[in-house]
Amino acid sequence: MTFSRLIVAAFALSASAAAAQQTDLTIALQLEPPHLDPTSAAAGAIDSVLYANVFEGLTRFDQTGAVQPALAQSWEISDDGLTYTFTLAEATFHDGTSFDAEDVKFSLDRARADDSVNAQKPLFEAIETVEVVDARTVRLTLSKPEGNLLFNLAWGDAVIVAPESIETIKSAPVGTGPFRFADWRQGDSITLTAFDDYWGKAPALTEATFKFISDPTAAFAAVMAQDVDAFAGFPAPENLPIFEADPRFQVLVGSTEGETILAMNNGEAPFDNPKVRAAVAHAIDRQAVIDGAMYGYGTPIGTHFAPHNPDYLDLTNLSAFDPEQAKALLAEAGYPDGFETTLKLPPPSYARRGGEIIASQLRAVGIETQITNLEWAQWLEEVFRGKDFGLTIVSHTEPMDISIYARPDYYFQYGAPELVAVFDALGATSDPAERTTLLQDAQRMIAEDHVNAYLFQLAFPTVADARLEGLWQNQPTQATDLTAVRWTQ
Amino acid sequence: MSRALILGMVLTLTVLAGAALSLVWTPYDITQMSIPDRLQGPSGAHWLGTDHFGRDILSMLMLGARTSIAVALVAVGIGAGVGVPLGLTAAARRGGLVDEAISRLSDLVFAFPSLVIAILITASFGASALNAILAIGIFNIPVFARLTRGAALPVWQREFILAARTFGKGAGRISVEHILPNLTNLLIVQCTIQFSLGILAEAGLSYVGLGAQPPTPSWGRMLADAQTLVTLAPHVALIPGLTIVLTVLGLNLLGDGLRDALDPRLKVIRA
Repeated sequence: MTFSRLIVAAFALSASAAAAQQTDLTIALQLEPPHLDPTSAAAGAIDSVLYANVFEGLTRFDQTGAVQPALAQSWEISDDGLTYTFTLAEATFHDGTSFDAEDVKFSLDRARADDSVNAQKPLFEAIETVEVVDARTVRLTLSKPEGNLLFNLAWGDAVIVAPESIETIKSAPVGTGPFRFADWRQGDSITLTAFDDYWGKAPALTEATFKFISDPTAAFAAVMAQDVDAFAGFPAPENLPIFEADPRFQVLVGSTEGETILAMNNGEAPFDNPKVRAAVAHAIDRQAVIDGAMYGYGTPIGTHFAPHNPDYLDLTNLSAFDPEQAKALLAEAGYPDGFETTLKLPPPSYARRGGEIIASQLRAVGIETQITNLEWAQWLEEVFRGKDFGLTIVSHTEPMDISIYARPDYYFQYGAPELVAVFDALGATSDPAERTTLLQDAQRMIAEDHVNAYLFQLAFPTVADARLEGLWQNQPTQATDLTAVRWTQ
Repeated sequence: MSRALILGMVLTLTVLAGAALSLVWTPYDITQMSIPDRLQGPSGAHWLGTDHFGRDILSMLMLGARTSIAVALVAVGIGAGVGVPLGLTAAARRGGLVDEAISRLSDLVFAFPSLVIAILITASFGASALNAILAIGIFNIPVFARLTRGAALPVWQREFILAARTFGKGAGRISVEHILPNLTNLLIVQCTIQFSLGILAEAGLSYVGLGAQPPTPSWGRMLADAQTLVTLAPHVALIPGLTIVLTVLGLNLLGDGLRDALDPRLKVIRA
């Protein structure tokens, strides 16, 4: 009697386990998007929720950062490199309207229009016209050869939006992706549900909830208590060893496009003086910053380029830690007793903790910094738009964003003419060898001129339930692609 | 003297002594970070261990005590310096328009939770130790104003005040020469209590990042920095936390003890 009961019980248990095969996921992110239109804001948090899940572009990035076909299933490039003809997938928007070449034309024209508020307008600079050939074919004509076009079209800022619902895109985004937007509880979470009429391979998950937890302590508690199934971009690296030692969890540490830099205000004294910038660069002990702020997670960089990129040059020796040289350079620049400046820090721990360490290292060579901790909105207002800062620490997470150094109006205000010339040459060539040379020239120029102090490449830690698979380990762009995520048991 | 008073004095004096000593000497220089030495437990070299930047926690506490005391002291100074004259004025003009204005204004400030006002002030004028002082000081004002007014009113009914009046003294002189001395004991006790609340408020503001900014050490920020480390190195959070508890406890015991010791009525009961 007892024995048979046990068997029944065991059978019932295994049956319920099979039935309870999970198809929903709760994944936490640190930052909540300000709104849900990836084509009209610089906030990476929007792409973190929507990229590849809700919105798709003509091309897309895969986990390694390589460009793959998306809504454009194939393309032909003319011999002169000036005409791209894309063949489109038979997709449907989430509101039931069909996707065709007109939507591509609408989206690209909207992004590159004069009054466009797209945060990455330079991506579309080379496009002269977008032509609808037929419903499934679209032709892009360029004004100059653009070796990066397919790469540019993979960005979250270049996704295809539905003209019918463009008015409400900020609160109810409609795309062509495998998940449709379901609900946004502001300050808490965004829910996506699987889109039944998705044109591509259907995802394993039926529902995904993105929860926003900004406080590192709360993040730790939420993962530990298994309130969330995964945390992409876990904010407290000091706690990763605890998760690694716990069989309930897996820890993925991936690479990102996040060059973390101590940015200097090149537009103002004293940082308009290259000697002062060099002094700052030599005063900083990168390894101490990586160990102290990130508990060892991070790769030292000597220029604004991702180390996992084949064109990367290791230039860290150009700004080796050498306080004596830093003092000598300061004296040469006319500041033998150092000077005082501001150090404005956004919320992430790389900035807050890194800032305290850097302040202490700068003090050792005579540079006194006044630390101000800012929230992201304040930082964007004061530092990024207002350019009211001496020093700041921030991670630039856009892929291949070294071209920001050629923009004199960018917040650190560099844009030396020689560098602009390199980028002009780069834009005009699609020859891989030549591109490599030019990109390395640019890396060397900004390293030798010490535009900013280059600290480290941000690591991307994800803590997840051990039974989950298919999560992106790396962050080639800000994204949490859930299309391949599934529960293994 | 009661045992509570002695304990309160010992705790308070220890903190004061640590803060005073830090003016001339600390075991280690806390501007020097040493990442490889971080998160050490208490040892002979570092009596209370090291924090997440490898700084000596004892040195941090001593310097943090200075921040706490400076903030709390000035805040009490603002509260008493503005609140006591207001309370005296209100009592002298009892029932008049000035009295009404001062009393209702106090009620208004009282109606807001004090820490919320402090957060409002520091959030709108920027986070710094100075703004924290102002914020805490401002919510101390009505405390002193009310206490002074309430305690001064019965004194105004006394015979010696009538005598002073017949000598032609004005309300202002009477307030300063006859009323205030009768309130001293009460005010001293209230100062110790507000002082301990000030320390708590400073720790709270620094904890949420609105108090003293780095590198100025502050107990509240030490606690905030140690938050994510509780599982790895509990002492980094426990030590500043316990320091705040013991300091506030000490000041409260001191305040209570002083009240008992200074109040003549309680003395009579005990005798």
